[in-house]
Amino acid sequence: MPDSFPENSVGLVETQLYQFKEPIELSCGRTLRDYHLIVETYGELNEKKSNAVLICHALSGNHHAAGYHSPSDIKAGWWDDYIGPGKPIDTNHFFVVSLNNLGGCHGSTGPRSVNPATSKAWGKDFPPLRVRDWVSSQARLADELGIDQWAAVIGGSLGGMTAMRWAIEHPQRVRHCVVIASAMKLTAQNIAFNEIARRAISSDAQFFDGDFLEKGTIPKNGLALARMIGHITYLSGELMGLRFGRELRSGSFQRGLEAPVEFQVESYLRHQGDRFAESFDANTYLLMTKVLDYFDLAREHNDDPVQAFAHAQCKFLVMSFSSDWRFAPLRSREIVDALIAANRDVVYTEVQSNMGHDAFLLPNERYEQIFRTYMNNVAREMVNGEERD
Amino acid sequence: MLRIDLDILQQWVPLSSRVLDLGCGDGTLLKSLEENRHTEGYGLEIDPEQITACIARGVNVIEKNINEGLENFQNKSFDTVLMTYSMQVLHRPDLVVDEMLRVGKECIVTFPNFGNIRTRIYLMVRGRMPVTKQLSHQWYDTPNIHFCTVKDFEALCGEKGIKILHRETVTGHRPDRQLSRFWPNMFAETAIYHLSK
Repeated sequence: MPDSFPENSVGLVETQLYQFKEPIELSCGRTLRDYHLIVETYGELNEKKSNAVLICHALSGNHHAAGYHSPSDIKAGWWDDYIGPGKPIDTNHFFVVSLNNLGGCHGSTGPRSVNPATSKAWGKDFPPLRVRDWVSSQARLADELGIDQWAAVIGGSLGGMTAMRWAIEHPQRVRHCVVIASAMKLTAQNIAFNEIARRAISSDAQFFDGDFLEKGTIPKNGLALARMIGHITYLSGELMGLRFGRELRSGSFQRGLEAPVEFQVESYLRHQGDRFAESFDANTYLLMTKVLDYFDLAREHNDDPVQAFAHAQCKFLVMSFSSDWRFAPLRSREIVDALIAANRDVVYTEVQSNMGHDAFLLPNERYEQIFRTYMNNVAREMVNGEERD
Repeated sequence: MLRIDLDILQQWVPLSSRVLDLGCGDGTLLKSLEENRHTEGYGLEIDPEQITACIARGVNVIEKNINEGLENFQNKSFDTVLMTYSMQVLHRPDLVVDEMLRVGKECIVTFPNFGNIRTRIYLMVRGRMPVTKQLSHQWYDTPNIHFCTVKDFEALCGEKGIKILHRETVTGHRPDRQLSRFWPNMFAETAIYHLSK
């Protein structure tokens, strides 16, 4: 029963599939003849169509950001703490659009989709993508929905990169850009972690050089391992210590007992890895990590982020988290410095949290307060008719 | 900040200029400059509640500890760098003033004058660290770690070759007003300086 959901939840949500019949030319030079995007929306689009907010997901995210898919669903969407009536992204004010990116594996065209040229799944042959391809595919979605200008484009991590690209590529179509726990480009250490994850997948015997779908199998071990590595980097050492410590799930160190010892943290990671391996596509994981690695905000702007941001016209909210070492606060400060040098409006906050990179997904009083206060202003502008032309 | 301080320093901020406010508090000054002088700019602040207040006002606030320096700002990238009532909480006010003059073409600094006669009498008569309406903390919990007098500050400017473009003094005590003009170190409660290098 929908009324059994929490009061501040968007409740039961339905997915919608948008078909795009026009070919889309990708950054790699190849063209997708047609594609589809799986989308969820929350809240109502106003008459002027000025209250739309785009949510850009991170590496392993999807379109299901808020609400529930069925009355018996116990797990809400991945950003349900931040999207809903009365929440920072308040669906009483905003029409929220959330989609699975092109190349994803949750219903949008990606490696698991059928390649019209071969009538078989794309698999490893799916074209490599860049963040700008996501932006151009999302721009067509905006056209389809009749949205000329987003009130805000919002994203964390890889989603933050997407939001920044939006601001630069379509300055007229973005009023506010919210960049959370992100960076203008990855560091060597960050790329290194992604490469270990890719190697874990590609060295799984079940990977079959990317043709595992055809062989009717899944490189579960590789995917699980990739996720385990990633997961460690998304948490902080402090949090792992607090949450798991050296607690044992089974076995003991007592003399004479031979039951094997298993730490809580081992069991947790194994569970995370296995669950991920069951739902995520290995080729999508390879594709998404490469999109992350290749992203460089300023590459086409003489490697000068100030020049890049000079193209933007929107206002920015940038947020980072103190214990995030995968997308450290310093990376966010670099974004802010470039925005200031480019004379753009920007608010920057560094939120205290011991949750690591994952903090952007988790409840945090100060983070919520900042986010809510900023978004309230965005909503107030709409009411006062201060939207830019 | 008092209304009168605000009125005094606003006149030194060029119209439609770019400003940076160190320790911008709840953003009142930046908002007022934006409305009255059509400025654009940013405020730096570390207090979470003040930061939220800035966001609510629509002020560009950057969470940053000024004690860490301003190395992320380019030379002369602002017309005016302001610091009102924050100098006394810094670890090294002298270095921050250097940085302000590097980043800004001009600077405006305001601080409580510890040479004020009431402070002197308080210490002399009571023999204890002055606690006044303006400086309401006890010695052990005060964030104000670097008090100075008008004379101290001008000595620092002299050593560093900083030009004092304007100086104004403010006091809440009516009889002191005339006096503070002639004898600022004794009668000013707040000193307001307009500086350049």
